[in-house]
Formats: sequence, C-alpha cells, structure tokens
Amino acid sequence: MTTSAEAHFVRQSFNEPMPPPMRTSGIIHWLRTNLFSSIINTVMTLFILFALYKIVPGLIDTLIINAVWVADDSKACVADKVGHPVGICWGFVAAHWDYFVFGQYPEKLRWRPELFFALEVIGLAWLLVQRIPRKDWGMIYFFIVFPIVGFCLLSGSETLGLSIVQTHYWGGFLVSIVIGTVGIVVSVPLGIILALGRRSHMPVARSSSVVLIEFIRGVPLITVLFMANVMFPLFVPEGWRPDSLLRVLVGVALFFSAYMAETVRGGLQAIPRGQYEAAQALGLGYWQMMIKIILPQALKIVIPGIVNNFIGLLKDTTLVAIVNIFDFLKVIEASLNDPVWRTSGMPFAGYLFAAIVYFILCYGMARYSMSVERRLATDHRH
Amino acid sequence: MSVESAGRPLEAKVVFYNDPRIRSLFFQLVLLALIVALFWFAYDNTVANLKKRNIAQGFGFWNVEAGFDISQTLISYSAASSYGRAFWVGLLNTLLVSGVSIVLATLLGVMIGILRLSKNWLVAKLATVYVEIFRNVPLLLILYFWYRGVLGLLPEPRDSIKLPGNIILNTRGLMMPMPVVSEAFIYPLTALVLMVVTAIGIILWAGRVQDRTGIRPKVGWLTAGLIIVVPAIVFIMAGAPLSFDIPVQGRFNASGGMTLAPEFVSLVTGLTTYTAAFIAENVRAGILAISKGQTEASQSLGLSHGQTIRLVIMPQALRVIVPLLNSEYLSLTKNSSLGVSIGYPDLVSVFTGTVLNQTGQAVEMVSVTMLVYLTLSLLTSAFMNWFNRRVALVER
Repeated sequence: MTTSAEAHFVRQSFNEPMPPPMRTSGIIHWLRTNLFSSIINTVMTLFILFALYKIVPGLIDTLIINAVWVADDSKACVADKVGHPVGICWGFVAAHWDYFVFGQYPEKLRWRPELFFALEVIGLAWLLVQRIPRKDWGMIYFFIVFPIVGFCLLSGSETLGLSIVQTHYWGGFLVSIVIGTVGIVVSVPLGIILALGRRSHMPVARSSSVVLIEFIRGVPLITVLFMANVMFPLFVPEGWRPDSLLRVLVGVALFFSAYMAETVRGGLQAIPRGQYEAAQALGLGYWQMMIKIILPQALKIVIPGIVNNFIGLLKDTTLVAIVNIFDFLKVIEASLNDPVWRTSGMPFAGYLFAAIVYFILCYGMARYSMSVERRLATDHRH
Repeated sequence: MSVESAGRPLEAKVVFYNDPRIRSLFFQLVLLALIVALFWFAYDNTVANLKKRNIAQGFGFWNVEAGFDISQTLISYSAASSYGRAFWVGLLNTLLVSGVSIVLATLLGVMIGILRLSKNWLVAKLATVYVEIFRNVPLLLILYFWYRGVLGLLPEPRDSIKLPGNIILNTRGLMMPMPVVSEAFIYPLTALVLMVVTAIGIILWAGRVQDRTGIRPKVGWLTAGLIIVVPAIVFIMAGAPLSFDIPVQGRFNASGGMTLAPEFVSLVTGLTTYTAAFIAENVRAGILAISKGQTEASQSLGLSHGQTIRLVIMPQALRVIVPLLNSEYLSLTKNSSLGVSIGYPDLVSVFTGTVLNQTGQAVEMVSVTMLVYLTLSLLTSAFMNWFNRRVALVER
C-alpha cells in the first residue's frame, strides 16, 4: 500500500508545450487535404505534376513563343525554310481573317454585316442581361424588328437603295451566325406553338405536334439537312427554285423547333394547375391565359434550357458544311486547300482557331445559363 | 326555375361560335385541312417534278447492281452487289461504329465523371477541363481535328509507328493482331460459360446463406478462380486453339492482321471523346444527387466501403443516370452519321450519298435513312426504358 505522502505530487516545473494543432487553414492545410491526403493521392498528384511539367512548356512554345504570327504564305511556317522550329502558324488565320468572317461578301459592302453583328449583339444583350429593362420591347426587337432589318441589310433591298448581294457570296462566321440567328428566331416561337399543341386537348393538334416532334427528334440533323437540300426542291413547283441557304435554314429551324418544344413543355408542366384554374376563373380565354399568365412564368423557368439549346444549335450549325454551305468551318477548309498554304501543319492552325472561337461562344453561354439557374434556384428558396 | 336548375348545371345560351366544343372542332378541321393541303401540295409537285426530270419512283432499284465499291464491309460486298446489299453494309457500319463508341464512351465517361468528384484537387480540375473543352466544341470540328489534324500527321507506311503489342500505325490506318480461332476453341468457351453459370449459382447460394444466418460465406476468390483457372486449364489441354495473325511491316504497307481504317479510328475517337464529356456530367450529377446521409447510414449499419457503393449508392444513382445515358446513346447513334464528312461509309454516306447520287431517287433514299434512325431510336429507348424499370424496382 502506498502512503498518502507518496500519493501527493507537486509539479516543480512547467510541462513541455504541446505541438500546435494541425492547421485548418492556409496553404499547407489546403495542400495536405487537396493534393496529399493519402498515398494514392500523393502518387497521382506527383504524376500529374510531372506530366504537366513535361507537356505545358512545350505547349506554350508551340502555341505562343514559336508560333508564327505574321505570314504571307506557308513558307514562313515551315521549319526548314525559316531555320528554327516553328509552332502553330497563326499567320494563316491572320491572312484569312476577312475571309473567315465574311466569306466572299463584297469588300465595299462589309459595313452591312458589321452593322448586322452589332444589331444582333444589342438584341441578345437586351434579352439576356437581367439589368436591362423592358424585356417585352426586347422580344419585339429581337424576334420581329431585327430579323427584317437584318435581312434587308445582308441581302440588300432596291427600295432602300442597298444593292442586292446573292446568298452564295455570304460565307464564313457571318453564315454561321445567320443560321444560328434564324434558328433562334424561328425555333422559339414555333417551339412554343408545338409545345402548346402537344399539351392541347384537341386530338388533331396534339397528335400532329407529337408526330412532328418525335419524328424530328428521332432522326439526325444531317438527314434533315439532306432532306431540305434534295427533297425540298421537289416539293415546290419547278419555277420556285429555293435558294440553297434558304433550304438549309428551313431544315435547321424545323429541327431545333422540335427540341425547343420539348424544353418549353418542361416549363409548362412545371406551372402548377392553380395558375391555369385561376386564369380561367378570371374569365381569360385560352390565348390570354397563355400569353399573360402561363408563358411568362414557364419561359422564365426554362431560360437555362433554352440557352443550352442555343449552344447545341450553334455547335450543330457546323453540319451545314456537309451540304456545301460555306459556313465558318467550310471557309477554313476551303482556305486549307489554297495551294499557297498547303502544308501538313496548317489544318492544326485552322481547326484550333475554329475550336477556340466556338469554345468561347459556347462556354460563355453555358456559364450564363448556369448563373441564371443559380438565380432561379434562390428565387425558390425564399 | 331555381328548383329545376338545382339538379343539373345551368345551360347558358351561347351563340354557336362561342361554344368551346364547336370552336375546338372548327380549329381542328382547319388544322387538318391545312396539313392535308400541305401534304397534297408536296406530293403533287413531287410527282410532277420527278416525271419532268425522268426519275424513277418506287423501290425497283433495290435489286439493281450498285456498281461502286465500299471501303469497309462487314458482310461480303462487291461492286456487282445490289443496292439493297449496299444498304445493309452501310447500316452494319453505322451499328458497328455506334456500338464500339458507346462502349468506349461509357468507360471513359464514367471514369472521368468519378475523377471529377475526386478529393484530389488536381485530378478533379483536370477532369473538369476535359469536360468543358469537349462539351463546348462542335463534334464535326473534333472529327476534323482527329482525322485531318492528328491522323494527317501520321507517317507513310514505310516509316510506320510501332506500338507495343504488335500494333502498327500509319496513314493507312491502325493495324493490330487479329485473333484466329480454330475449331477446338469451343471447349474452353464451353468451360467458360459453364463456370460463369456455376459462379452465379454459388453467389446466389451465398446470398441465401447470408439471409438465413447473417454471415456471408467468402466466395469471391472461389468464383474468380473458377472463372479464370478452369477455362485456362481446358484451353491448354485443348492445345491452345487460339493464335494471332500479327501484322508484318512490309515495304509499302503492312500485311496481315486486322486493319482499322483511319476513318473508322477517327470517327470512334471523335464520338468517344465528345460523348464521354456528356456522360461524365451525367454520372457526376447522378452521384451528387445521392445525399451524404445515405453513405453515413450505410456505414453505421456496418457495411463496408465497397458494399456501400454497390448496394446503397449505385442503385440510387443509376436511377438518375440511366435515363440520361439513354439520351446520350441515342444522340451518339445519330451523331455517327457525321462520319459522312470524313468519308466513313456509314448508312448516310452510302445510301443518302452514293446511292442517291447514282439513282437520283431522293425521296426514297432520305425516307429509308430516316426510318432506320427512327427505328434505332425507338428500339434503344425501349430497351433503356426496360432497363430503367428494372433499376427503379430494385430501389423500391
């Protein structure tokens, strides 16, 4: 047994200070939790860092430092002729810039497509930037005024004193944007009508909408374009001879209307029944109910979906190159066949440039659609 | 009056043109008339136009000799074969490229989707970069990039690139060893099937034991051993009835082996890299849709990490993922028609391209092609709906 005297203990000196607790903030902690949390993670991190170390400097060299920025022909971009290693030949893009943007649109009249681009940007900003007021006027501007003005600007009109420019002179980015714009301007209203038709109580309206929507969604765009290209001229009297760009525009617009219809239908289904009943109780007719009560709410919910459709539309406008419309991708391809520029590295420059342009446009729209989604999500939380 | 109307609703006197039923009937008749008029207009003009251009109608061309070659054929075909045969060749090529791309895109997509959720910041960011790049660039551009950009840089046959595993890569395409199977291969194959059936039986038995006693017999190694070892032994006993035809580098081209045309390789690569980005997003969305509480609950029940994923997370995540995958597979199949732009002989390229140019029968060619895609779409969504119902049942 121990005596009580032994059990008493009085500390004579301070304890050694304990080590500081693990950091829960700062760069070390971040590294430890995000990059080196386990053996496997550490191995993966080191491997990726090594791979990046191997790849990135070479990539920067090819894309920027060794790249040729100014070139008159492909000779400036061939390593043997210049005497030092060359990267991407951006000079190819710079030399063809005007052709890439306007195609063969007459040089003196290029202020017209430029004005068209400006009007388009105004319309899109009006509709998409939340801070700009009067969205109803914006809709009228974008869906009615702008298409008419744009058409007169691009193809010309005798009465306004603008000389006529045939569509086969149009090309490049301009044509891609025209196809995209017509796709949007037609497919939104047509999609709304198809969506309303699909939810209608009239059997004829419903079944014809369903058949059209499901048929178009079941086939690839390229077959619709082939149909527009080779079958559409057969459907009309021989004298009409529809313009080749117009045929493709009809195909693209019809195709995206079906997808737009499904997106809008999603919005219509999300509106509670009470809204319909309340509108009817107020004595509103079908169109008044839709235009004043249902559609404003439904369309607001599906803005992200509509923007995602636009992304798909913009990406799919490239397919018109297959039916020989000179869109952005096709003019790049055409200039690759230019004998002055024919070398093996050139397709990289052209396609990379196109990829960067499409990426900026599509990624921008995707970010916009995500921000709208977040804003709408907070609206519901209250 | 009030006594009379109490039993049944008051029938208000309305002018006939304000009666909703008559209005609806009227609108539908107008719509129907418009549709019929439109179709009649198109039909009438088409018949007139075809007669004027001296183009045949109907499917008489189906058995006519085609007279053109196709670079990739799964069934025997020559220029002397009929247009109908060319149709099947094109259709099989479409199915082949879609099937291969679907499998590869699913593997790559699921992997990237899981990597996007990695705890490792670098890994997650790299996966995100991949997804954003491939989602926001047109597929046609990706195809051109692979076909004219990357494959355009490949060397001539005389200085081909040799990859490990006897794979040769040059401008003519990708050549790899082709498995050659002799008749005795049926024995190891039968053994494999038998062992798989046995393994399934053992697993079912283990499940029943677990239900009864609460302890699961450890059968993992046993089943794996049965499936691998037994067929391997039979394979060796049957005299290894499988050999590989290895491509040999010649002076002008490699011979032997199995050659994948550059068009096929670029189309599969393009479709896979593009669709994988979308599948990755779907997989990520599906896994994120499962709340953390599910993982914690299953852990507190004593389930292991693997069991948690297999029995708790996946069945629920699949319910979200499967319908999304369904539409990805459909659009991949439809997107395979872009092969026409790089000269892959798929249905659109063969039928709506070459055959249409030769016969001029636009209406028949385009309608047949569209019908095929419609059928494929309906079949795929029917199958995926069936699968989806099964997945949904597991959960309830």
